[in-house]
Amino acid sequence: MSTDAVLRVRNLSVGFRIPGGSMQAVDAISFDLRHGETLGLVGESGSGKTLTSLALLRLLESPPAEFSADHVTFEGRDLQSLPEAEMADLRGARLSMIFQEPMTSLNPLMSIGRQIDEPLVRHLGLNHRAARHRTLELLARVGIPRPEAAAQSYPHQLSGGMRQRVMIAIALACRPAVLIADEPTTALDVTIQAQILELLRELQDELGTAILLITHDLAVIAEAAHRVAVMYAGRIVETGPVAQLFRAPLHPYTEGLLRSIPRIARIREAELPEIPGVVPAPGTLPPGCAFAARCAFAAPKCIAERPTLAPTGTDREVACWNPRNG
Amino acid sequence: MLGFIFRRVLQSIPLLIGVSIIGFALMHLAPGGPLAVYTLNPTITNQDIERIRIVLGLDQPIHIQYIKWATGMFTGNWGYTFFGGRPVLWVILERMPATFLLMGSALSLAMMIGCSVGVLGAVRRYSVFDMLATSGAMVALSFPTFWFGLMAIYAFAIKLGWLPSGGMYELGEEDNIIDLLRHLVLPVMVLSLVIMAVWSRYARSAFLEVMHQDYMRTAKAKGLRAPARLWRHAFPNALKPLIALLGIELPALFSGALVTETIFGWPGMGRLFVDALNMKEYPSLMGMIMFTALFVIVGNLVADVLIAIIDPRVRL
Repeated sequence: MSTDAVLRVRNLSVGFRIPGGSMQAVDAISFDLRHGETLGLVGESGSGKTLTSLALLRLLESPPAEFSADHVTFEGRDLQSLPEAEMADLRGARLSMIFQEPMTSLNPLMSIGRQIDEPLVRHLGLNHRAARHRTLELLARVGIPRPEAAAQSYPHQLSGGMRQRVMIAIALACRPAVLIADEPTTALDVTIQAQILELLRELQDELGTAILLITHDLAVIAEAAHRVAVMYAGRIVETGPVAQLFRAPLHPYTEGLLRSIPRIARIREAELPEIPGVVPAPGTLPPGCAFAARCAFAAPKCIAERPTLAPTGTDREVACWNPRNG
Repeated sequence: MLGFIFRRVLQSIPLLIGVSIIGFALMHLAPGGPLAVYTLNPTITNQDIERIRIVLGLDQPIHIQYIKWATGMFTGNWGYTFFGGRPVLWVILERMPATFLLMGSALSLAMMIGCSVGVLGAVRRYSVFDMLATSGAMVALSFPTFWFGLMAIYAFAIKLGWLPSGGMYELGEEDNIIDLLRHLVLPVMVLSLVIMAVWSRYARSAFLEVMHQDYMRTAKAKGLRAPARLWRHAFPNALKPLIALLGIELPALFSGALVTETIFGWPGMGRLFVDALNMKEYPSLMGMIMFTALFVIVGNLVADVLIAIIDPRVRL
């Protein structure tokens, strides 16, 4: 792994205390987010992507959530052991986040302008006039027409795409080193989705912000990410640069995912291939590979022993005893 | 905003007419009737009663009676009391300051303490404080007000002798503020206890609901500290249901608290109503009912306008 990582996560686990024990939802995942890159974290619903992102910013309510890690290093500091006051200084300033639901993520009773002013006043110490000046610049930068009018408006007066632009303006107001984007385009229609991804890419080039892009949508990954980490049942099963991973997936799960993308060109096969079976529920993971029960290539070893994420080839990792295309 | 207020005021007019019809009909259906006071008096003959019936217009059809009564209400002629023959409107207005003082003190005290307790309970959910506040509110809501009132009189007035047991002032002390405050303590305490319990429960659930909204997570992700998140983001959102509650409680401010005023001999409108009921004072009763109805409507109107000020989505 490269040394120029801005965010370094080692063996992060997130669990929930439930009656009669605890339930492991994210199981010892490790990844690096490098300066200025977009790392796509992809997986199906319930694979632990959102929990991972919330745990990184320490936004999970604990209890019931519990998380632990060997370390989560951000700009040389371990986020796990940081006092809450210092963590709050980082949030929105160096480490920002945008959420899946632009419709409900903005305060309905506060004008757009005031909501963008807030982090500027809080972190950069601007007075209200200077903050508002910067807010108008930000609104214009994220592509909102007539920034003055928009700053006076309220969330319900904006469309979903506009609201997500406002969220991006809030998140990037203080030029953070890392932006965590949790399904930023899922609630939007496809054309708006492309615009938002394009906007994120432009802003990344301008600000040098590293983006952790969380999504279930491989098309979004293909469009927006430099590298990918594939999650399955709370574990990362494969990482690698987007082009290589899409061309030659190593893990059978990744391969299955890629095959199940509907393609307009594919006319000869009537049915879309799917991965048989279902994801094991958290807390019921087998001792071996979590995917073994659904895998066409599973060997006795896969069921008995859990594969760890290990480097293969150039800049790629896989957690599999019998990698494909190896 | 002005348009909203105008429309909202217009909407209250048919409501007021509806309430007045129901109020009038209820009084008409009540057994006894306005002449009951006279029929029970052996010195009044049947001819006298017949004459009074005609003088009061009770021989006319009911809709004519209603229109005459409603017109009177509208023009400020609320009729005259049977006993004393004084204008009903005056009698009611005379009682207003006492009720206003009692209810105003109790309501503001209860709102301040109740809301603080509720917010603290929501922020520290399931803490020892929250458990105590929750069970305390349950106790306050479960016991009847008259029992609390009697216990308070027993403890503080009779046993300890610290405070007067009733009334608004001692004879000859009408202008003494200290004396008034001493008389105010017990009824305010008893009255605010129940209101406080209600408000703490409402405030707690309103804050709990708001604190789990997505925008609260956004506020935290912005790096805002807990006080800013609580007061700038959670508070205005949680305030909306509480204002609606205030709209419901505001009329009580004017109609008075029947039980408390009766127990403590407080010369407010609540006691006026009880007295009027006992003496079958039809003009006063009708006046009180309309007065209360008017303030229910005004209270809700005020609440709606306040909510519209806070929430831009309502102003459509």
